[in-house]
Amino acid sequence: MVFSVTVHVELRPGISDPQGATIERSLPALGFNGVTNVRVGKMLTFTVDAVDAAAAETEVRDMCDRFLANPVIEDSTISVEAA
Amino acid sequence: MGTTVGVVVFPGTNCEFDVVEAIGEVGGEATLLWHGDTTVGSVDAVVVPGGFAHGDYLRPGAIARFSPMMEAVTQFANDGGPVVGICNGFQVLTEAGLLPGALQKNAGLKFKSGQCTLVSGNSWSSFTTGVEVGTQLAIPINHFEGNYTCDADTLAELQDNDRIVFRYADNPNGSMADIAGICNAAGNVVGMMPHPERACNPLLGSTDGQPLFRSLLATAGATV
Repeated sequence: MVFSVTVHVELRPGISDPQGATIERSLPALGFNGVTNVRVGKMLTFTVDAVDAAAAETEVRDMCDRFLANPVIEDSTISVEAA
Repeated sequence: MGTTVGVVVFPGTNCEFDVVEAIGEVGGEATLLWHGDTTVGSVDAVVVPGGFAHGDYLRPGAIARFSPMMEAVTQFANDGGPVVGICNGFQVLTEAGLLPGALQKNAGLKFKSGQCTLVSGNSWSSFTTGVEVGTQLAIPINHFEGNYTCDADTLAELQDNDRIVFRYADNPNGSMADIAGICNAAGNVVGMMPHPERACNPLLGSTDGQPLFRSLLATAGATV
């Protein structure tokens, strides 16, 4: 079966986010006041062929741990749906 | 035969010849190691130089760490061989798990390029055996992702065991504890963001990088 996968990679709580901080500082200049806690991550989408959703998720988890995210500073969230 | 340093080249590496030149300046020999090859050959030390290995896609070093050469470099390091990562090379070594922590985007999100003052923090790593603790060194930086980050336990371990090899006198990028370079517990693996190979000739404004490469050659010669 083919599954659609979405992976969100985000900096772990407590890890400083220079991109988020810079965006947060820029927003008031455009008139957007009161914005706090800006965090920047990335999203990866792809399809994967696996016997079932659980197998797909296991494989994607392994990808995240070894490659797609740096576990020293990043967390990843996986969602798997039938394509 | 002299001491030979292998300089790793990935697609996108761009400081390899500067390192070869610097090693020559202090009397060593250098040979390039292509990332797709599976052995470091008979080299006495390895330098992973700066650049943008594999385009820095995904994260700096994330793809480079899976190059066949990195398996050979890891084996070489685990056997006690001296390994130095400079700039992008430091990022590759952290991704490969040879050094702890990670390099984040610079605080303030600016690419930083210019001369820096470093203060050496130990004299037992493979890159600093000939450098007294507290020595100030004028060595340039040239990076966007040099903001050293790690968890509190790792930082305490680095501090308590004198594993912070270089600190910035004036922190340019937000690095924790002003860290410019660190080493592993044994001291044979060193990573630093600044570029000592660009400070090895009077024409470049500083020769403060020379003692580091001399240290590397001395360590390499002694461990052969």
